[in-house]
Amino acid sequence: MSLVYNEDQLQLQDSARDFLAARSPVAVQRALRDEGSALGYSPEVWNGMLELGWGAVAFSEQDGGLDFGFAGYAPLFEEIGRHLSASPLLSSVVLCGGLIEQLGTDAQRHHWLPALISGERRLALALEEGARHQPDDFAVTARRDGSGWVLNGSKSWVTDAVSADGWLVVASEADGGCGVFLVSADQPGVQLRTRQMIDARNMGALQLDQVRLADAARLGDNAACAALELVLDRGRACLAAELLGLAEAAFAMTVDYLKTRVQFDVPIGSFQALQHRAARLYAQLQLARSSVMAAFEVLDRSTGSVRERRRLVSLAKWQASQLAQHVGNEAIQMHGGIGVTDEYDLGLFLKRMRLAQNQLGNADFHCQRYGDNRGA
Amino acid sequence: MNELEAFRQETRAWLESNCPPSMRTPMPSDEIVWGGRTVEFKHEDQRLWFERMRDKGWFCPDWPVEYGGGGLNPQQAAILDAEMRRLHCRPPQINLGIWMLGPVLLEFATEEQKQRFLPPMARGEIRWCQGFSEPNAGSDLASLRTSAVLDGDDFVINGTKIWTSYGNKSDWMYALVRTGPMEPKQAGISLVVLDMTSPGISVSPIDLISGKSSFCQVFFDNVRVPRAQLIGELNGGWALGKALLQHERNAMSRFSESALPTHFDLDEFLEKYLGDPQTPAETALQQRAIACLMQEEAFRLTNRRLFETLRARQDASGLMAIAKLVHTEQERSKFELLLEIMGNHALGWAGEGFDQRELDLTGAWLMSFAQTIAGGSSEVQLNVIAKRVLGLPEAK
Repeated sequence: MSLVYNEDQLQLQDSARDFLAARSPVAVQRALRDEGSALGYSPEVWNGMLELGWGAVAFSEQDGGLDFGFAGYAPLFEEIGRHLSASPLLSSVVLCGGLIEQLGTDAQRHHWLPALISGERRLALALEEGARHQPDDFAVTARRDGSGWVLNGSKSWVTDAVSADGWLVVASEADGGCGVFLVSADQPGVQLRTRQMIDARNMGALQLDQVRLADAARLGDNAACAALELVLDRGRACLAAELLGLAEAAFAMTVDYLKTRVQFDVPIGSFQALQHRAARLYAQLQLARSSVMAAFEVLDRSTGSVRERRRLVSLAKWQASQLAQHVGNEAIQMHGGIGVTDEYDLGLFLKRMRLAQNQLGNADFHCQRYGDNRGA
Repeated sequence: MNELEAFRQETRAWLESNCPPSMRTPMPSDEIVWGGRTVEFKHEDQRLWFERMRDKGWFCPDWPVEYGGGGLNPQQAAILDAEMRRLHCRPPQINLGIWMLGPVLLEFATEEQKQRFLPPMARGEIRWCQGFSEPNAGSDLASLRTSAVLDGDDFVINGTKIWTSYGNKSDWMYALVRTGPMEPKQAGISLVVLDMTSPGISVSPIDLISGKSSFCQVFFDNVRVPRAQLIGELNGGWALGKALLQHERNAMSRFSESALPTHFDLDEFLEKYLGDPQTPAETALQQRAIACLMQEEAFRLTNRRLFETLRARQDASGLMAIAKLVHTEQERSKFELLLEIMGNHALGWAGEGFDQRELDLTGAWLMSFAQTIAGGSSEVQLNVIAKRVLGLPEAK
């Protein structure tokens, strides 16, 4: 892979763009919001994505996938952002599917991966306990209990928790390491409270009270930390690509507006004060795009050090988060009054941007992580 | 073995036996060999390397042999370039005239002019400077006023040019002058070349806020320039000037690649000037330094993407349009940050207690203000992005 989309990626992007423009325009997202959808996404759109094979892109043929490589998700998530399309692709396929692929036993992989890839079943990742991303210190504990496990604690921010068939719960173990546990939705001892976020998607709070699990509920036998980090890096790259797409869309709306909105008898885009601000956004978009491409490049190849992967993924999430902050704010300001009306779509983009910025590490988190991983 | 591969083998062998080992080391900027009437060599290897490359015609490898060039086709020239990089060969001389004026003469000059100007250029015998900007024509270059009035077979030139790099060390100048005072401003400009020893020319170096600089102001007081030194059509100079500026970007990037710019590595300064353990204020500085390094990495990646975009034959005009803006502004921010990290150590001018690196840093910081202005200010770059890339409308 390089920093420019290849033929295959471009084809994937074209088909994603056609599909999303036809089946998942922003109006669909607005309707979900208006009707207060508990699910937060349209099952029809999600099924369409699955029919196009989006669940299978990065998995090996052995696991029931297309073996396209992880780089396929760069154009897909960019288009998802551009069209403001909601789906559990990140939570169920990239994150939960990725964890099962990395950690699961043969039996677990066989049982779960084809079902996640086809959408027959859906999982959500129960990772976050606090309001900001914290990927390596968990108050939820998993204690050995005979041949099984007992889980206790709460996971307060589980994206796409509503109607999931189950959750992958990340918990601390007695030796200080972490494990990932499959908890089905009907498991006794689990309570789910749901809340709707500003982007009209849901996050659940899971309360785990003496949740008894069989040994087979743990993904594999090994410590999960390294695999968890790799899978979170994939998720961060996908969010960065989505943020890039969101920013591209908000920027395009803004440039169009500058060309068509007339005040003082001229298009406001002829004012240098606005031209220069738009030009700076354009430059920042380019820096972010290069960083996002580099993150997918490093995730797509098996060589390269862990530190390099961390650095480039954090660079991408940092750049994309800063970009979204800047483009979102400038887009609204340059639109003037219409930009703050609910009727205009820009606000929906802004709200989704803030969620994606905060998920799996905000700009400060990734700046710190980049600094901690400098050097070979 | 195909012909190109044979050429590569032959070139590699020639470079290996003819480029002295000391000419394969990174070149500090005070060891640049400038072509011109008087070439200064600091040591014998520089002279050897200069003469050997000159005699091959490889100062201008892709110019026709009849004008003193190497006669290489584009593929061969690319191979020579790649082989020189592989061996880390220094450029045997630097002569902005070759890189900028040369291509324009090849395209627009008369046969007689080509015969007259190109061979000495190709032998590194003439050092050229550029006379474009004027005190009242900076970003608005087309408003230039230095006049050239025909008097018999000569132009008589009056006026002044500013920001002429090495104006005090150059042998000849190519200049944009006003030959059509009544024409619309772009349509009254011509390109002329002139000998800097002509009577009536005086040159003053310009001191910058950073101290001594290579910039000069050049004054013309009834300077007579033969009409035969008009390049292209009378009043047709604007298009040639734009072509020259295209080559300028190319020349400047080759220039900055070949001469080793003094590099200021943030890590080195963080370690030296921040305490251990850090105070909270120092930790905040450290965090800002990380952000600065991240911006630099994103820019390096963007340069790589530019290259890969061109290789994939896709449109790279947007990426080219942001490069100068982003790079010069990042550099200035980096120096501002270094200033904060170093405190008083970066604010010294002379005297004991400042080491050379600290004084160099102060100079480089002050010089970074010139970089966001020279060669098209940031504001001009933003205008270009807004109009040509984003298609925003012109102001009324």
